[in-house]
Amino acid sequence: MAKREISEINAGSMADIAFLLLIFFLVTTTMDTDTGLIRRLPPPPEDIPEDIILKQRNIFEILVNANDQLLVEGDYIQVTELREKAKEFIKSNPSFPVVADKTNASYPDMPEFKMEEVPVFGNMLVSKQVISLQNDNGTSYEMYIKVQNELIAAYKELRNELANQKFGKSYDEIEKQAGSSETIKEQKKAIKKVYPQRISEAEPKRVGGAE
Amino acid sequence: MSKFRKKGKKGQPAVNTAALPDIVFMLLFFFMVTTVMRETSLKVINVTPKATEVSKLERKSLVSYIYIGKPIKALQSAFGTAPRIQLNDAFKTKEDLFQFVEMERDERDEVERNMITWSLKVDQKTKMGIVTDVKQELRKANALKINYSTKKTDKILD
Repeated sequence: MAKREISEINAGSMADIAFLLLIFFLVTTTMDTDTGLIRRLPPPPEDIPEDIILKQRNIFEILVNANDQLLVEGDYIQVTELREKAKEFIKSNPSFPVVADKTNASYPDMPEFKMEEVPVFGNMLVSKQVISLQNDNGTSYEMYIKVQNELIAAYKELRNELANQKFGKSYDEIEKQAGSSETIKEQKKAIKKVYPQRISEAEPKRVGGAE
Repeated sequence: MSKFRKKGKKGQPAVNTAALPDIVFMLLFFFMVTTVMRETSLKVINVTPKATEVSKLERKSLVSYIYIGKPIKALQSAFGTAPRIQLNDAFKTKEDLFQFVEMERDERDEVERNMITWSLKVDQKTKMGIVTDVKQELRKANALKINYSTKKTDKILD
């Protein structure tokens, strides 16, 4: 009797099965990683201390109407100009910390400064800036995001500038390396303390530093 | 030389496809690893706006989504064209948000409940009224860490 060979399992349809699985996964899964602007809402209304009144000159007022037009500090501007204006306001100039009146044309409506202790830099003058964003119910979401984006960009550019000047690297780099060493963590804290992101929006009539 | 040659003997040998399953499996594993299951089917038109300063959301398991926008074409005859809120797979009103937040919290481990990011996926044509309402509801429910879902772009065109 001839030796009978065990016949091999036919693997020809293996590819078909694998393709089937592949197509199933292609259809049922998504690849998109979610990206976006991360913000923190202020705590519920009852938790907020009543009426923190800020001086008008410390507030950078942004109004957006239902036609997506911007009114910034009383001027009608385009959204492309917003970043520069916001930067100018947030940074302003600490060498005139007490000039308060509007009559001084060279220094109109810029925020006050306060001596504060900053981690790495020691005592220094920190602006009391707050950005107040008020939008109409008819404002489009697209416009709202544009404004938010410009404000975040303004803060980021200032932080980068300061970080470059003091530590020789950008704030983005510092943020990335913050987990690795204590000194970098301190540097991050210092820069955040000099330019804290204060964007107030939830209850526009009651402006309070949200951070 | 015979008169009747067997067919096929002279032609090129067939391409060996033995490795084909391996290749396909490789592709399959790649997709299994890099993608996640689609959780909801969108019932609203959802084109998120573009922004330059976006950051990536880490830890997908700690993100809950709230969709806002017009109902999709197929549902417009039943639901109209006014923007609506979609939670999980159904249209909801802003009054349902509180419960939604609680339910999403219950699904997570206790230690992670306060680390949930609420990602607002809002269509760019939506008006701010409904978005503000949603934000106020989230504040009431103490869900404060939010994310305005946007696509990354290099330059914002006006």
